[in-house]
Amino acid sequence: MSVRRLADENVQPESFKFNRENSSVAKGWIKKYPKERKASAVIPLLMIAQEQEGWVTKASIEHVAGMLEIPYIRVLEVATFYTQFMLKPVGSRAHIQVCGTTPCMLRGSEKLMAVCKRRINQSQFETNEAGTLSWEEVECQGACVNAPMIMVAKDTYEDLTEERLEEILDAFEAGNGNDIKPGPQIDRIYSAPAGGMTTLQTEIVPSTARKSKAGKSEFKKQPSSATKPARPASHVSTTAPAVDTPVGKRKSAEAQQKEKAARAKAGTHSPKGRQAAAAPSLDDKNRPPQMQKPASADDLKRISGVGPKLEGVLNDLGIYTFAQIAKWKKAERDWVDGYLRFKGRIERDNWVKQAKELAKE
Amino acid sequence: MALQDKDRIFTNIYGTYDKSLKGAMKRGHWSDTKKFIDQGADWIIDQVKASGLRGRGGAGFPTGLKWSFMPKPERSDGRPSYLVINADESEPGTCKDRDIMRHDPHTLIEGCLIAGFAMNAHTCYIYVRGEYIREREALQAAIDECYDAGLLGKNNKHGWDYDIHVHHGAGAYICGEETALLESLEGKKGQPRLKPPFPANVGLYGCPTTVNNVESVAVVPTILRRGADWFAGFGEERNAGTKLFCISGHVERPCTVEEEMSIPFRELIERHCGGVIGGWDNLLAVIPGGSSVRCVPSDQIIDCKMDFDSLSALKSGLGTAAVIVMNRETDIIRAIARLAYFYKHESCGQCTPCREGTGWMWRVLTRMAEGRAQKKEIDMLLEVTKQVEGHTICALGDAAAWPIQGLITHFRDEIEARIDSYSMRATSDGAVTDKQLEAAE
Repeated sequence: MSVRRLADENVQPESFKFNRENSSVAKGWIKKYPKERKASAVIPLLMIAQEQEGWVTKASIEHVAGMLEIPYIRVLEVATFYTQFMLKPVGSRAHIQVCGTTPCMLRGSEKLMAVCKRRINQSQFETNEAGTLSWEEVECQGACVNAPMIMVAKDTYEDLTEERLEEILDAFEAGNGNDIKPGPQIDRIYSAPAGGMTTLQTEIVPSTARKSKAGKSEFKKQPSSATKPARPASHVSTTAPAVDTPVGKRKSAEAQQKEKAARAKAGTHSPKGRQAAAAPSLDDKNRPPQMQKPASADDLKRISGVGPKLEGVLNDLGIYTFAQIAKWKKAERDWVDGYLRFKGRIERDNWVKQAKELAKE
Repeated sequence: MALQDKDRIFTNIYGTYDKSLKGAMKRGHWSDTKKFIDQGADWIIDQVKASGLRGRGGAGFPTGLKWSFMPKPERSDGRPSYLVINADESEPGTCKDRDIMRHDPHTLIEGCLIAGFAMNAHTCYIYVRGEYIREREALQAAIDECYDAGLLGKNNKHGWDYDIHVHHGAGAYICGEETALLESLEGKKGQPRLKPPFPANVGLYGCPTTVNNVESVAVVPTILRRGADWFAGFGEERNAGTKLFCISGHVERPCTVEEEMSIPFRELIERHCGGVIGGWDNLLAVIPGGSSVRCVPSDQIIDCKMDFDSLSALKSGLGTAAVIVMNRETDIIRAIARLAYFYKHESCGQCTPCREGTGWMWRVLTRMAEGRAQKKEIDMLLEVTKQVEGHTICALGDAAAWPIQGLITHFRDEIEARIDSYSMRATSDGAVTDKQLEAAE
């Protein structure tokens, strides 16, 4: 649960009224429910009010209560319960919602939040100096296979890197947020695997289906404009053709490469990083003796259970030859086992015996 | 054997083909719908029962059985029946319904009509989570197309008056719980109701209601078209059918993909996701069914079949089939602590064990992630999870407890090691940080 209160009286506007367009949209919502159940429309109406004002004001809560003929307290309860309602003003050009839940966290959402802290404000819900941007950490937004992601207004920006987020922030700060194409920011079709679909590469048309009279146009790979979600005026992308140019794609390809490089970097374990995760101390007396890298290091990968990654870690520990491993005593084996968090794999795979044999060669 | 494209139900899940009604019809949707309706409600329910379809929203309750709880027309007391679709997809790791709604919405709409008819409902509400704005727009556009084509509405081609309304929430995980969803749909705070009475007796507006997940309903038309036996032919016994899996976390290429139930974990990852980042030796643990299930360590999951029964045998669950993969670079204690924060944030505050417990568990786990704890607190934490579990109105308390229980069961040594490492570095003012150590060197 989170405690949420209305904004200070001094920022609350005097009154609220739906503009003409929104007023008819609101009436449309009320019609969806049985006559005596108008209250059902409270969430949609508050959301429209928020779209109009940028946040949920006290006056808008009162107005909605009047429209639905329910007590003010019932609407106030709803406005403070649901976290998508902003109860105080946010950035005038964009409010950046960074998903921080575990699936996004595993793919680097904390780095995105560090960018927001640096670029916008150290605290959530506070604006930058110009008042144009604000940010918050939100819970799972339901785009987990495209993590990490942010949501701005109605659109999501997925598969982000820090660099790409900076570019997106630049665009929104300059008021050009519409230039950024929503969705995956790398070369990828929505939630399909990056680098090409593993299924459904051709359209499946069952033989039992009625023969279609339509021509070739149905085969086009792009979604038809007919069902493309209608964009509200506030989100008309003025430079739509440019967004689809190779420039955008090239950028994302670059971003992808950077990401790859970053990942490769993260892949090489530094002993210090390991230590931070509560592994046995590097200064422990049981740490096996180290050596400088010899001219001809052995190929430790020949030991069953050691891959290229692990070989790198062992090298970092100053272990390069089979002879070294063959000499490990119990305490030293335990230390390495603990250090690598192997839970006894060294004993199970009997590295020492393997190393002894390999050393003889 | 791998599931073939011709046996996939969601043939436009990536939105690469025509999403309009015409395109959907070309792929076989909306054909024979009238024929199914003419065969009667009992026939539809029997077919769904025979297919072995289990609810796709997490609990895995047999869908046909759920539908049969609705009052029969001849025994109706005059109250209308409602079908409510739960599209409040908020379980961390899950993003399958999103793709159904934005790319293959006609599977869902046709399913809504058939399901509504089977339970004698003329009105259906689809409750979409507040954050899925573009998805809601796409779904609404598809529904409008159906109205225009005379497939829905009064006096439609199918001879069953039917209205579908799209409703939305505003960012509350708890509204994925069926009675909280109904409360929210009635315009209140999303706080779950005590059961009984069950929604099939007293649901939306006090009327008989069935709440179904998007995927459960969307697969029904194809089951009827191709036969219950066809669907039951996939997967192990009691775990029939195909399923959308959402694979996120430390895999090379995360994705959403429809696969056969009971596909082994390794095959699923190898075929569609290009393996685990850093190789299979680098796999640490997997949360196989969305954040609410217990994590499973690598050695148990690698060859496990991905279905309801195989995963419950590991004391975990298939849940929504949202597979969160974690490799050895993961700080598993922090990862679970973040989930604990999620549940703390999303608890509705109605029941004391959950409202107070989720916050307490998160605070303790955060300390444990630093190592700033005592070993006896691990057992205390486990005890508290047991106190929360099963002592709340809805399952959010259980969902908050299970990930932590999984962590303690499988990674207790990790927590203890961290506590040791912290106390080794401890001074009277707290622990010496890594930075300070570096400076000292």
